Order: sequence, then structure tokens, then C-alpha cells
Amino acid sequence: MSKTILTVDDSRTMRDMLRLALSDAGFRVVQADDGVHGLEVLAGETPDVIVTDINMPRLDGFGFIEGVRGDDRHRAVPILVLTTESDAAKKERARRAGATGWIIKPFDPAKLVAAIRRVAA
Amino acid sequence: MDAMAEIRQTFFLECEEQLAELETGLLAIDDGDRDPETVNAVFRAVHSIKGGAGAFALDDLVSFAHVFETALDHLRAGRLEATPDLLKTMLRAADALADLVRAARDETGVDAVRLATLAAELRAVDPAAAGEGAADQDESFAFRPVPMDESMFDGFDADAAPPEREFSIRFRPHRDLYAKANETALLLRELGGLGEIAVACDASELPLLPDLDPEAAYLTWIISLRTGAGESAIRDAFEFVEGDCDLEIAQAGADRAGDEEGLAPGDVDIAALIGKMQASVEAELARVVDTQVPRAASADAERPDQSRSDHPKPDHAKPEQAGASIRVDLDRVDRLINLVGELVINQAMLAQQVQEAGLSRASGVATGLGELEQLTREIQDSVMAIRAQPVKSVFQRMPRLVREVAALTGKSVRLVTEGEHTEVDKTVIERIADPLTHMIRNAIDHGLESPERRRAAGKPEEGVVRLLALHRSGRIVIEVSDDGAGIDRARVKALAAGKGLIAADAPLTDEEIDNLIFLPGFSTASTVSDISGRGVGMDVVRRSIQALGGRISIQSRPGQGSTFVLSLPLTLAVLDGMVVTAGGQTLVVPLTAIVETLQPKIADVHGFGGGARVIAIREEFTPLIDVGRELGYRAAAADAVGGVAILVESEGGARFALLVDAILGQRQVVIKSLEANYQHVPGIAAATILGDGRVALILDVDAVVASSRTEAQGHDLLLATAG
Repeated sequence: MSKTILTVDDSRTMRDMLRLALSDAGFRVVQADDGVHGLEVLAGETPDVIVTDINMPRLDGFGFIEGVRGDDRHRAVPILVLTTESDAAKKERARRAGATGWIIKPFDPAKLVAAIRRVAA
Repeated sequence: MDAMAEIRQTFFLECEEQLAELETGLLAIDDGDRDPETVNAVFRAVHSIKGGAGAFALDDLVSFAHVFETALDHLRAGRLEATPDLLKTMLRAADALADLVRAARDETGVDAVRLATLAAELRAVDPAAAGEGAADQDESFAFRPVPMDESMFDGFDADAAPPEREFSIRFRPHRDLYAKANETALLLRELGGLGEIAVACDASELPLLPDLDPEAAYLTWIISLRTGAGESAIRDAFEFVEGDCDLEIAQAGADRAGDEEGLAPGDVDIAALIGKMQASVEAELARVVDTQVPRAASADAERPDQSRSDHPKPDHAKPEQAGASIRVDLDRVDRLINLVGELVINQAMLAQQVQEAGLSRASGVATGLGELEQLTREIQDSVMAIRAQPVKSVFQRMPRLVREVAALTGKSVRLVTEGEHTEVDKTVIERIADPLTHMIRNAIDHGLESPERRRAAGKPEEGVVRLLALHRSGRIVIEVSDDGAGIDRARVKALAAGKGLIAADAPLTDEEIDNLIFLPGFSTASTVSDISGRGVGMDVVRRSIQALGGRISIQSRPGQGSTFVLSLPLTLAVLDGMVVTAGGQTLVVPLTAIVETLQPKIADVHGFGGGARVIAIREEFTPLIDVGRELGYRAAAADAVGGVAILVESEGGARFALLVDAILGQRQVVIKSLEANYQHVPGIAAATILGDGRVALILDVDAVVASSRTEAQGHDLLLATAG
């Protein structure tokens, strides 16, 4: 029984890379283009882990996380934030928004998978 | 890795889109757009490029994008003001970024000095780094691709070499830890991976059941861990929960080992332990707290319930917008267009058969057919609209070109674009980019005067180049105009005469002189500058426009500038043609090539050597080409009288008369390529299927003219050698 991962990223390149890395690791991958789309996808999916970008049009990663945490059905889903920054302020902001953890871009597929395993029950 | 190569391609495609977005956004800001979303979009564009570039280890690109992004971030946060100077720097940075992207894609080098200068300029605007010499250091530190998380997961392959030490860890989760979907069990599992672990749970804070808040955290975990990994590895394991827990890590003295809370170190099955705890607490909880507890509740893992009401749901009021556009493989669209083409033909055939069957116009079949015809036309239009795209994608590239050319020529230029949302077939868009680029280069290089001369002429120093698109009678019209000096007709005429293109004393109208610039081999620049003189002249522009079934014309007024007008078909899938017969065959002549039609009079047609003929049209002799003979339908030339002469203009601008038997009508035909099945057929551009089901060939006017010319030359040669 493979786990389902929802990835939310507005960059096609990133989406493709995430899909490749995650499906190679045996996960089922569901994708969304931005925060609004992500929440729409969540209406019909119950992913085990969500991986989201921060800078996105329409609804950014912070808003998306708030949306997920505010939704009774999904508020317990671990959310990993993709961030290019390693600085503490950005992480703190992600944490305040309710992120479970983070992955620093550019990510190494092995580390991405390790981070997911780390938060996935 | 194949998949990676594919993603790499996607990345570069996406970069192009981001670059376009970046430029559009910056220009909008430059024009006074203060919408925060515009700055955000610009920031995102650079950010995305940086993110992707990092994944492909394109370090130059990453570091430049980073500097750029930092500056944009300041702009976004209002720490920087969008002054014209700043925007200018940013636009140049956008150009440099585009160069870097392309260099990375084509694996070529870039001008490192230029980049370094620009990067320095961008850093200089940074209010935070101003006056701080350490900016560079900061940068190199922050931007090593994976600086922080290197050790993040290294705990797994803990080296055997370092001596094992005993740590005692006190871990007290807060409710926020669970609210963020972190999980004690997983953390303990992670720690367990580091070495030998023993865990005890201090449940002394657990209140009596009536007081228990199911979403709060009450438990404290006391862990003793024997590991070769250092304290940092342990801290890394808690990285995600830092701040949401009380955490004490101490290196225990050897004597204290195993002493912790009377717990013996050794192989404790943590999962089993936690499972047991959860089960016991859950069982109790279930008894007391009923519906309020979510199903997955465990005593220590609960989520704050205030989040239910406190966090406003984000606006998802625009679900339609999400599905507003889709990406479709072009092949699929083309197949649809082909099918609709067949449908149109089929419908025409049906209509003809109904007519032949002699059914009354009032019959149900006939009215149904009329409706079908209307529907078919609508489907055809809609399908064509799928392929249609706004010319914006081409127009967008022009500001950059204008800046480059302006910088090279030292002229001050403003580009004004209008009608960029005008739609036209994708293929047409792709193929007008080069001609347009060339025309704009020309407009700046040759059209606009130098700032000094403009001042002397009483004009503002800044020249204006206008790029305009609009729909006019089923075609798209694109105008490129400048407010420069206009065409110097005396010079053009002298140049053309000097190159032997015209006789020195040829009486030419202004319009004819202007059109000389379209002649092959004509170039007005006396020195070949490195901008316009890239080996292509206006003749090439004209040829590529004509190859699209378009026309180009010029209007020029001395001292006020020149305007080039392109008129192009909206699609390459259908064509307006004149249906004619020649040698018993039905042919279609593209309407764009036709100037006029006439019935030759016997007195006007003159024959000369080798069977060649000319026809006098308004006191000018024009070669008369018998299409039937040229295509090999008949051996001997047909009698000119009784036929119809179609006056066409070939790519060189020269006029020829094509002799056909009769004109059947004019209609829009669906173009069917012959090349896939028959390869290139000389004299034939493509084919179509008429309403009666017959195939009609579409004439390639230029090819027919060219082949008749070489034939004629052959005759001349024959005569010359014979004589």
C-alpha cells in the first residue's frame, strides 16, 4: 500500500522533478499548481504527506498551509515546505504557518524521500 | 538519465516563460504599475528560475538569480523605491538573466565581466548591504547549494569510528508540535536510528480524565541514547520541532548510564512501547470523551481545536479560473483541424448531391443541410481559434531587442506596442518573429535619426517605434512604424541605379522608389552595421511574409517616418483561392498572389523566340505563362484568346500573366499537404478537395513563374548558340 504525496508547486520543472523522485521511491504522486489548486485537489484526495512550495501565484505556501490546517479533514497531514533559503527566518515563518518540516531546494531525491519518511507515520 | 534530460528541457521552456513574465512585469512597473501582485509575479519568475537552476547545478545562473532576487525582494517589501534608474538596472539584469539561461541551455559561455558588473550594481541598490563589505561573503555562504541539510539525515549512516557516548534527553512536546503534524513516535524512531535507545514516559502531568484536553500535550519523554553520532545529529533529529517543545540534551556521565529514572538501557521495542501507551490511553479516552475526540486521537498527539475557527479559510472562490487553460499537444489540435477540414469537404459534397437529386429547397433535407453548413462553419472557426494565440508572445520579445539595438546605435528609442492581444494562428506567430525582428532593427538603425539630428530637426530626442496589430477583413495586419526621417528617395534611387537594379534615368514614382528596398541585393546602409547588416535585407523579409501568404507594403513621408504594413492570413490551414481550369484540370490560385484578371485581346499578345509570349497590359509587356503547358497538361501552348489571363506578382515584385482556360469561382479551401505522400511536386504548393469530391491542386505561383523563366533562358541560350 503506497503512500500518497501531494505536491504543490507552480513551477513545471519542480513538479516534474518531484514526481520523478517520488514515484521512483514508490509513492503515489498527486500534483497541484498553486495553493488554490492544492486546496481543490484536497477536496478529493487524502494524501499522507504534502510537499509545498512557498512562492506561488494566487495563494502562496503560507496561505495554503493555513488552509490545510484549518480544514478538519486534513489538519493532521504532515506538510513539508520546499524552500530555497536555508535561513532561520524563512523556516520560522514556515513553522509559524504550521509546516511540519522543510526541504531545502535544490533537493537530493534521497533526502527528499528521507524527509518524507521522517514525517510520515 | 533520460527523465532528467526531459525535465531539463521543460526547465528551459519554463525559463523562457518566466523571462517573458519578468520583462512584462518590469516594464509594467516602469510604466507606473504599483500593483503588489506585479512585483510578486516578477519576484516569483526570478525565484523559479533560481530554484530550477539549482536543481541542475547551474551555479552561475543560481548566483546571479539570487542577487537579482534579493534586490527584487527589497522592492517587494518596499525597502527599495521603483525609480527609473533602478528599473533600468533591473531590465538589464533581466536581459543578462536571459543570456545566462540561454548560455546554460546551449552550454556556451557568457560575458562574465558584464555579469559581475550587473551583479555589483544590483548589490549596490541593496539597502541592507549598503556600506557592508561583507555582502560578498554572505552571499557565498548562503548560496552553497546544500549548506545546511548536509547533516540532516546523516544520522542513518553513523560512522563506527567515533566513540560511543551516552546522552540523556528530556523531551517535552507542546501542543503546537502536534498541531503541525509532527509526531513523537516518529521522532523517537528517528533517534532510535542513531544508536541504542531507551525511552521512558513521564505521565505525571497527565490530568484526571474530566480535565483532560484531548488536543493538549501532557507527556514528557525521557530518552537515553547510546550513539556514536554527536549532539548535533541528535539536534538535527529534532530540527522540525525546535521551538515547539522543551528539549534538554545532556551527555551523561559514565556512572549515570542506565540510571536514568531507573530504566535499564538496552533493546526496548519503542514502537511496541508507544503502541501500548496509546492503546491504554485511547481506551480510557474513548470511555470518557465521546464525539469530541477525532478518531485518530491519542493522549499525547492532539491538535489545537482553535484552528477550526480561528484560521479563516483561504479564498477558493475562483475554481473556474483554475481550469481556465490547459496544455494540449499540438498534434492533437492539428488532427482535429484536419478532421474538421474533412467535415467541411464532406458537407460540401453532400450539399452538391442533394442539389443534384433535385430536392426542393423547402424540403427537410435541404434545411437540415443548411443548418449543418452553419454548424460546420462554426466548428471550423472554433477549431481554428484553438490554434490562435495572441501575438503578445512575439511582441514581448521586442522591448529587449529595442533596448539592445538602441544601446548599440546610441539612439534613444521608445517602443509602443498596441493590439498585442490580437490573435492569429500559432504557426503564423512562429514565422513572423524573424521578419518582425528584422523590421524593428531596421526601423531603429535606418529609420530613426541620431539624437543630434533629431534635435536639429526640432523633434524630441527620443525616437518612437510603434508596433501595432489588428484584425482587418479576415486577416491580421501588423504595422511597424517609426517617426524617423523617412526614406531618402534620392539616395535609394542612386543606390539602386549604382547596383544596376534600375536604369539611372528610370522615371519612378515615389511609391516605386520606396519599393526598391524590397529588391534582392539592396541595402541602404553604406556601412554594414552589425545590427541591420546580418546578411538579410528587406527582400528576405518580403519573401518570408509572402511564404506565409502575406503581403508587405511601405508608406513613407520625408521627415515624418516610415510605416511598414504586413497583412497576413489568420491561419495556414485554409486559404482564399480562385478556382480555375487549365488544360482540363481544376486548379486553385492563392488569392494573395493575384493582382487582377483580364481577357487577353489578340492584338495585345505577342510571341517571340522559343514559343515565349508576352502580353501588353496598359502599355507594359508582361510575360504570358500558359499554366496548362507549364504543368505538362498539354504539349502546345493554348490560344491566348478565349482564355483568361491572371496577373500575378511574384516574390521579386515582378508581374507575370498566367494564362488559364476559365475562372470557376472564388472560395475558401482547406489546405491538404501533398508532401507527405508525393514529396515536393514542382509548381504545386498543396492540394484541396472541392465540393464535388474532386482533388484540386493549389498552384505555387512563384515556382511556376520561376520554372517558366529558366525555360525561357534555356531558349535564349539555345538561340544564342545556334546564332
